[in-house]
Amino acid sequence: MIADVPLLRRGRAALGLAQGVGSFLLTLGITLFGLVVVTFVIGRVVPIDPVLAVVGDRASGAVYERARTEMGLDRPLVEQFGLYLKKAVTGDFGRSVLTTNPVIDDIRSYFPATIELATLGTLIGTLIGVPLGVFAAVRSGSLLDQIVRIVGLVGYSVPIFWLGLMALLLFYAKLDWVAGPGRLDIAYDYMVTPVTGLLLVDSLLQGQVDVFWNAVSHIILPAALLGYFSLAYISRMTRALLLNELQQEYVVTARIKGLSEARVIWRHALRNAAVPLLTVVVLSYATLLEGSVLTETVFAWPGIGSYITNSLQNADLNAVLGGTLVVGAAFVTLNLISDLLYRLLDPRTR
Amino acid sequence: MTAPLLEVEDLRVRFPLAEGTVEAVRGISFTLGRERLGIVGESGSGKSQTGRAILGLTAKPGEVTAERLAFDGVDLMAAPPGLRRSLRGSRMTMVMQDPRYSLNPVMTVGQQIIESYRAHKPVSRREAKQAALAMLEDVRITAPDRVMALYPHELSGGMGQRVMIAMMLITGPELLIADEPTSALDVTVRGEVLRILDQLVSTRGMGLILISHDLEMVASFCDRVLVMYAGKIVEELASGALGEARHPYTRGLIGCLPKLAGDSHPLPVLARDPAWAR
Amino acid sequence: MAGASSLAAWLTTAEPQSRTQARLGHAWQSFRRLARNPTAIAGLAIVALLIFVAIFAPLLATHSPIASGDLRTERLLPPGPVFWLGTDDQARDIYSRLLYGSRLTLAVVILVSVIATPIGLAIGTISGYFGGWIDRVLMRITDIFLAFPRLVLALAFVAALGPGIENAIIAIAITAWPPYARLARAETLTIRNSDFIHAVRLQGGSSLRILVKHIVPLCLSSVTVRVTLDMAGIILTAAGLGFLGLGAQPPTPEWGTMIAQGRRFLMDQWWVAAVPGIAIFVVSLGFNLLGDGLRDALDPKAAR
Repeated sequence: MIADVPLLRRGRAALGLAQGVGSFLLTLGITLFGLVVVTFVIGRVVPIDPVLAVVGDRASGAVYERARTEMGLDRPLVEQFGLYLKKAVTGDFGRSVLTTNPVIDDIRSYFPATIELATLGTLIGTLIGVPLGVFAAVRSGSLLDQIVRIVGLVGYSVPIFWLGLMALLLFYAKLDWVAGPGRLDIAYDYMVTPVTGLLLVDSLLQGQVDVFWNAVSHIILPAALLGYFSLAYISRMTRALLLNELQQEYVVTARIKGLSEARVIWRHALRNAAVPLLTVVVLSYATLLEGSVLTETVFAWPGIGSYITNSLQNADLNAVLGGTLVVGAAFVTLNLISDLLYRLLDPRTR
Repeated sequence: MTAPLLEVEDLRVRFPLAEGTVEAVRGISFTLGRERLGIVGESGSGKSQTGRAILGLTAKPGEVTAERLAFDGVDLMAAPPGLRRSLRGSRMTMVMQDPRYSLNPVMTVGQQIIESYRAHKPVSRREAKQAALAMLEDVRITAPDRVMALYPHELSGGMGQRVMIAMMLITGPELLIADEPTSALDVTVRGEVLRILDQLVSTRGMGLILISHDLEMVASFCDRVLVMYAGKIVEELASGALGEARHPYTRGLIGCLPKLAGDSHPLPVLARDPAWAR
Repeated sequence: MAGASSLAAWLTTAEPQSRTQARLGHAWQSFRRLARNPTAIAGLAIVALLIFVAIFAPLLATHSPIASGDLRTERLLPPGPVFWLGTDDQARDIYSRLLYGSRLTLAVVILVSVIATPIGLAIGTISGYFGGWIDRVLMRITDIFLAFPRLVLALAFVAALGPGIENAIIAIAITAWPPYARLARAETLTIRNSDFIHAVRLQGGSSLRILVKHIVPLCLSSVTVRVTLDMAGIILTAAGLGFLGLGAQPPTPEWGTMIAQGRRFLMDQWWVAAVPGIAIFVVSLGFNLLGDGLRDALDPKAAR
C-alpha cells in the first residue's frame, strides 16, 4: 500500500544491505581462497624444485632439509595445501631469504608507502579526470574533446616506467624542480616515527614541517605519474558515462523545466553517472596498485611493488608469493567494494 | 485584439547528417489561441519535432528556421537563448511520453517538482514544498506527502505521468505541449490521465497542443486537429467535422479506425500516394 | 577501371549468390568503414610498419644487434652518421637493436594471442553454452584469474618459472585469457537460445559441432576487437617484465630490457633509455588506434 512504502522501503533496504554484505563476504572468501590456490600452485607445483626456489642456490644442506620439512614436502599435496592455507590465513607467509624477517612483517612495513602513493595518485586522477571528462562530454567533438581523448590514448600506450624515467630526467635532473628517487632525503631519514606509515600524515602530526615538505617534493613526481594514468582512465570513463546520460529523456525534461545548462549537467546528468563513476574511481585505485610495482622501481620507492620486484631479482620466492597474495587480496577487495558500492548507492537497486 | 498564444509560420526543421539532410518538418504554419489543438500523424511525420522546435529543444545537429515563430507576441527566432530558457518551464512547457524515462531516476519526486517550481519562483523551500503538495492534489494523487518521498521507479505508469504533469504545470504555464502523453500507459489508466489534463487545461485557461498518433483520442479531446504527413500539414479540421475530411491520407486514417458495427471485410488498408509528400 | 567497379558491385550486391560472397561482402563493408577512419588507418600503418621492420630487420639494420663494438671508442655515442640512434654501454648500435627488438615484440604479441585466444574462446563458449555447474566452476576460475592485477600475476609466474622470454610469454598468456573468456561467454549467452541453434540441434548436430561451427564464429568479431585492443597492454606488460630483468636476457635486444640497461646512464646519455621507450609507445599506440577503429567498424552501434 502506498501508505506503507517508506517503512517497506527501509525494511527492504536493510535486507538488501544484509544480502549485499553477505554475498560480498562470500565472494571475497571464495576469491581469496582461489588466490591462495594459485599462489600455492605457483610456489609448489610449478617450480621443479620448490624447496630450492624458496631457499636459493646457496643454502646449505641443513637449511634445505629444514625448509623441506617445514614446507611439508614429504606429505601428500593436499595436506601440503591445507598447511599452506592455514598459514596463509594466519598471515604466515614464511620467511624472506633476503631479510630473514617473516614475510608478513616486511609487507606490513612496506605497504603504507604504496598506499600513500596510490591514494595521492587516485586523488589527482579524480580531481582532474572527472572535470576533464565532463568538459569533453559536454563539448563533444570539440578541440578539448580531442585533447582529452589524446591524453587518454597516450595514457594507454606509453610504458609507465619509461615515462617515469623521462619525468625524472626532465623534472629532477634537468630542471631541478623536484627531489630525486626515494621517499625522503637521507638527512631526513628517521626523523619521523611511523604512526600510520604515511609520511605526509605522520610528519604533520608530529609537527615536522620541513620533513613534510621534503616528503612532498619526493612524492610529487611519482604521484603525478600515477595520477596521469589514473586521469587517463577516469576522464575517458567519465566522458563515456556522461555522454550516455546526456542522451536520456530526463535530461530533455530538465531542459524543458528551464534549468540552466550547468544545473542540467552537474545536478542531473552527472548525478546519475555518479554511482558508476564511483566504482570507476575505486577500480582506478586498484589499477594503481598494479602500476605502483613499476613506478616504485623507477623511483626507488620503498613500497610493496619494490618489495616484490627486489625479492624477485633475489629469487626470494616466499616473499614474492606473499607479496602477490597481499596485492591480489587488496585488488579483489577493492573490486568487490566497488560492486557493493554500486548496489548500495543506486536507488533503483535498493 | 491580443496576440495569439502561438504563431507558427513556415516552420522547418532540418537535420544535416553524414548520409544526407533529413527534413523532419517541411514548412508548416498554424496559430494557437487559448484552445486545444491536436496534431495527428504517424512516426516520422514530424509532429514531435514540431513540439520540440517550438520549445527550442531541437537536438543537435538539427536546424530550425521559420518565417515567424512567436509566443504571446515574443519573437522566438530572434530571442536570445537566455530569454527562451526563461520562458521554458515558466510559460511554455511539455509533457512527454514515458515517465519511466522522462523522470530523473536518482531524485525523489518531491525534489524534482520543487526544483521545477524554484527554478522560476524565488520562494523558500518550505513554500515550494507546500506548492508541490497542492499540485499533487490537483492531479488527484492521494497521500501526496508519501509520494513526494518516492523515487520514479517506485511509481506506477499512471502515477508517474500525473507526477510529470504536476511537475510541468506547477509554475502555471500558458502553453502546454503534450507529446503522446498516454501512449505508454495501460489503456485502463489513459482515461484518468486525460481527464486530469482536461480539467487542468480548462480551469487554467491554457493553450494545449496534443500530439498523438491516436486520431480518435485527439479528435475527442481537442477543438481542432492538424493532420501531418511527411513533415507537412495535409489537412486541418474542426474535431467535430472528421467526416468532412477531404485529404485521402486523412480519409485513409479514419478508415483504419476499428468499427464495432458493420462488416469490415476486406480490411481497409492505407494506400500511400507519394504525391502527398511533396 | 571496369574490372574494379564490377568487383565492388559484386561485393556490395544486396543478393549474394553464395555464402562466400556474403562473407566477403560483409568483410568489405567493415573494411570500408575502417578505411573512413583516419586514426584507424594510422594505427594500421604502424602495425604494418612493425611487421615490415620485423621481417626485413636484417636488411634494414646497419650493424649487428648483439655484437659489441669497440668498447674504448664506441660506447655511449650520441646519434650520428654512423650509429643512427647512438650506441649503448656495450658499444652496440641502438638503431639495429631496435629493429631486431621489433621481432621480439611481434613474437610476444602473436604468441600470447595465439595461446590465450583459443583458451579464452573455449572456456567462454563452453561455459556459456552448457551453463549449470560447468558455467559456475569455469567462471569462478576465470574470476580468480581476473582478480589478480595482470603484471603482478605474471611476475609471480616468472618468479616460479625463471626469467626468460619464453616464460614471460607463458606468464602473460596465462593472465590474458580471462577477459576473452568472459566476452565469449557473454556472446554465447545471447546466441545460445536462438532458433537457428535449435535447428542445428534438431538436425542432429552434436554440441561440439554447434560450438565450433556456429557459436565460435559469431563470437569472433568482438573477441578480435578485444584482442587487438589488448595487444598494447601485452606489449606494455612484456616491456615491464623486460625492464625488471625478467624477460629476454641480455644481449637479446628486447625493448624493455634496453630501457633497463640505459637507466644507469639516464642523466647524460639519455637516448639509450629514451629511444626504446618511444618505440614501445608508438607500437602500442598503433595497436590501440587500430583496435578502436576495428571496434567502430565492426560494430557501429557501439561507437562512442
